Amino acid sequence: MTSRFDDVIIQTVCRILIPFIQIFGLYVIAHGHSSPGGGFQGGVILGASFILLCLSYDIKEMKRRLSRKRAILFSALGVIIYAGIGLLCLLFDGNYLDYGRLHRILPVDPVGARSMGILGIEIGVGITVMAVMVTIFIDLASEEGKRN
Amino acid sequence: MKLIALIAVSLTGAILIYGTADMPDWGDPGSAASLHVSPRYIEKSVEETSVPNIVTSVLADYRGYDTLGETTVIFTAGIACILLIRRFKR
Repeated sequence: MTSRFDDVIIQTVCRILIPFIQIFGLYVIAHGHSSPGGGFQGGVILGASFILLCLSYDIKEMKRRLSRKRAILFSALGVIIYAGIGLLCLLFDGNYLDYGRLHRILPVDPVGARSMGILGIEIGVGITVMAVMVTIFIDLASEEGKRN
Repeated sequence: MKLIALIAVSLTGAILIYGTADMPDWGDPGSAASLHVSPRYIEKSVEETSVPNIVTSVLADYRGYDTLGETTVIFTAGIACILLIRRFKR
């Protein structure tokens, strides 16, 4: 896994495919409102794109894009986004995770603010799922103890 | 000691099985969940959240606290994997 295995066909196909996979992952997260999908599914697709990068190139190339430390930070950031949106609702005299209150800072009516709040927490969930998948994969795939 | 454990497990299992006898049938239209919660979600979700996908509105809005817990579980699983698998420098 750590030595570079050069295969022109695989690397070229993956280099072309990975951006589209990531765009599709973002689409699944953002389009969870009106089609099957959401944070969990889109996050898994995004994480799989990084794993494909590691399989087609090597783990160094993947760590250059998303390092181990940054992956852990992102996994915490997603939970913080989710809980932070809940606390924000608390600040505007609402219940915890009562997104309707966010209409005071968003240019939409309370009903639209609920939709926006749902999008916000889906993004948080997506970031966490992606980062946790990448973190677990890095730890499973690295050579023991050598690449800390 | 093993005998006590076996008796305790059997007793707990028997109580749980006895408890399921009171549960409503699968898909029973007269059960409490079908009478109050489901119709409310189906009728009001677009009106209250402007999200056409009822699954998303239930997952992220009505049961948002549950989903926060799920996300935290995934985060905790990731941390646990790091602690178990990673080799730290001594």
